[in-house]
Amino acid sequence: MIEVNGKKVDWVENETVSQLLKRVRYIFPLVVVKINDKVILKKDFSTYSIPDNSKIAVIHMISGG
Amino acid sequence: MVKKFMNKQKFERIKKTLKNSSVGIAGVGGLGSNAAVALARAGIGRLVLVDFDRVEESNLDRQYYFLDQVGTTKVEAIRNNIKRVNPEIKITVHNNKLKKGSMEKPFIDVDVVIEALDKAEMKAEFIEEILLKLPDTPIVAASGVAGYGHCDRINTQRIGKLYICYDEHAPSSDDDILLAPRIALMANWEANLAVEIILGEDSND
Repeated sequence: MIEVNGKKVDWVENETVSQLLKRVRYIFPLVVVKINDKVILKKDFSTYSIPDNSKIAVIHMISGG
Repeated sequence: MVKKFMNKQKFERIKKTLKNSSVGIAGVGGLGSNAAVALARAGIGRLVLVDFDRVEESNLDRQYYFLDQVGTTKVEAIRNNIKRVNPEIKITVHNNKLKKGSMEKPFIDVDVVIEALDKAEMKAEFIEEILLKLPDTPIVAASGVAGYGHCDRINTQRIGKLYICYDEHAPSSDDDILLAPRIALMANWEANLAVEIILGEDSND
């Protein structure tokens, strides 16, 4: 089991960040992803496998400034 | 009589630390111009400001510029406005667009970087480049500044050296209005985070 923005989600073995975002339907294209207090860079989304019991925060960037 | 109760040592220590510190700001629009002036008033010793744009009349509903500055470059206009508050502050300006691949360049020697860009794509790219290339430099960003009201939805998300002033339910500025009260609130939130990073958490001693 993993936690995504406070919600419990099933853990899938060898699932990458890209696959998880798709599975939980985070459709925002521009996100900062934190896994267990570490920032995962976008270039690593398709290769980084999420460990079981991870706490994941997905923060999306919204235009305006 | 207020002075009598103020911790003078704390006051002197804070002023000195801020004066010896530097903050870099990417973009001096609604977020950046307001954050820069707040930091100048707080007594930050050096600011590095980057923007390619010129002041337009339509900016005046939220950005720290004046009618007689319409047409001048934002970096020059904000430099002049800051100098009117504090002529001693050292200001380095870059009147150009941040280029993908070298976005960290103007900020290699500052203590804290503030992301104050407008487009979500740019924000994400900038944050990632700073995290990757200046891993020891704290970066403060903002996401969700559009609209009005909803003060209480704003919070700070911290991930290592990245601090995001965040309202996840805010609309995009592509779909909603940007107005001074809320954007200045977020700009000052960013500036306040920068001050807290520089000074450490306020402990009331």
